[in-house]
Amino acid sequence: MTQSPLRKTFGSTVSAAREAEDENAPPREQPLAPTDSVAGRSLVIVIAIMTFLAALAAGAALLVADASADWRGDVAREASVQVRSMPGRDLEADVAEAARIAKAAPGVRDVRVYTKAESEALLAPWLGDGLDLSELPTPRMIVVMLSADKSANLAKLKQDLAAGAPAAALDDHRLWLDRLSAMANTVVAVAALIFALMVAVMAVAVASATRAAVATNREIVEVLHLVGASDDFIAREFERRFLALGFRGVLIGGGAAAAFFALAEFFARSFTATPGGEQIEAMFGSVSLGPRGFAVILILCAAVALLTGRMSRMIVLNRLRELS
Amino acid sequence: MLSFEDVSLRYGMGPETLCDLNFSIEPDSFQFLTGPSGAGKTSLLKLILLSLKPTRGRISLFGEDSATLGKSAITQIRRRIGVVFQDFRLLDHLTLYENVALPLRVLGRDEASYRAEVFELLRWVGLFDRKFSLPSVLSGGEKQRAAIARALIARPELLIADEPTGNVDPTLARRLLRLFVELHKSGTAVVIATHDLTLMEQYDSARRLVLADGRLHVFE
Repeated sequence: MTQSPLRKTFGSTVSAAREAEDENAPPREQPLAPTDSVAGRSLVIVIAIMTFLAALAAGAALLVADASADWRGDVAREASVQVRSMPGRDLEADVAEAARIAKAAPGVRDVRVYTKAESEALLAPWLGDGLDLSELPTPRMIVVMLSADKSANLAKLKQDLAAGAPAAALDDHRLWLDRLSAMANTVVAVAALIFALMVAVMAVAVASATRAAVATNREIVEVLHLVGASDDFIAREFERRFLALGFRGVLIGGGAAAAFFALAEFFARSFTATPGGEQIEAMFGSVSLGPRGFAVILILCAAVALLTGRMSRMIVLNRLRELS
Repeated sequence: MLSFEDVSLRYGMGPETLCDLNFSIEPDSFQFLTGPSGAGKTSLLKLILLSLKPTRGRISLFGEDSATLGKSAITQIRRRIGVVFQDFRLLDHLTLYENVALPLRVLGRDEASYRAEVFELLRWVGLFDRKFSLPSVLSGGEKQRAAIARALIARPELLIADEPTGNVDPTLARRLLRLFVELHKSGTAVVIATHDLTLMEQYDSARRLVLADGRLHVFE
């Protein structure tokens, strides 16, 4: 088609076209796949909820992993020596000898000998306050603080103690460490599983919504094909639509999760001085996600939105192949 | 440009809707496709648009055998054909401007690069003042003209129009026919499917393809 015959037929002029060009510019291009539908809004809600839950799972896993690393670090940096009272032996002398051996061992930063009163106080949670334990052969505790370079040879220390102070027994906290590791790993694994399930549910929801969108907009797809649109172009249009829906969803869900953790940190700080706060801090560390945690939520949100768009594109391409 | 050789079409296990069609459409030609309702005009147009595959026979479009075309090649061929649907098929969520610009948009052209062309064409079909209206508020005639503008915007080599004057008054019908004739004179092959005898009488020299009982009769 050339422009001249049209011009002759409809009696227009080029200058009119130029005027037209300057007239009010068209509104922003609408997406070819309509976005404002009930299914679209439902998908935004599903993505928002799933992103919120996935971010909570990821954040909780991070908190537990960090806290467990702290616990393990603390526990691993200490060992304890229990000196029992044995017939015919001077307990105080055994304690002093055990402390000397421990302090002389390589990789030991310091030792702290619990006094008799302090050792008895350790039993209070089990035996109750106000008991006179002076007649009982209460074992004495020595805390051995290890250097951070892990150069301590606890096996050798155990042998030295057995040789020099037979009443002393070394506890390297291995059992505790193993239990703490197992518990923390279980919590992290459960959180990871929940996270994976959330992502899977989200993927199913996106797939279902995409198929519904193609079915609902079948006439649009047909018109686009007939005016010369390739499958790839149509799939890109749907990808744009779902990317926008995904971003709306993650903005709500991710924003809510970030707000949740920020509030949790705020309240945890407020209650730090209380016994409850101390327990929470013992379990979850400082309940502070920190910049790394918020970065993880941000990355999660971006990944979910991009995944939503990418998945919809692949599904549309497959569907178009099936329809042709 | 386009040739049908012994082409037949059957829907499912039903009788043949179209039987042994043999005809060709040359560049720079003008033809009316006519026949009674249900004769298969729309089916024939769908075969030309490669929306349907023939049950048997061979369709050649722009030198390509339709049976051997992949999706990408079909897309390329469709870009050389402008089509006006009987039911307009405007996208309801897009403005008139966006509907008319659609064939250029699917080519990946930037909006600013085709704005003037679209405005000009909207002026020519008398819809410039309604350029940002949605199809739902347009009359049948306005939708018809918008559909025609959309078919013309990419300057197709072959224009197919299914009842293009079915919803417009006689004056506008004559104007639109003049537009199709001018397009034909500028080198576009035109196929107009119509029942409108008055319209056909206005352009006597056009070739007539008459479908009846599934068979095609060509009157040069």
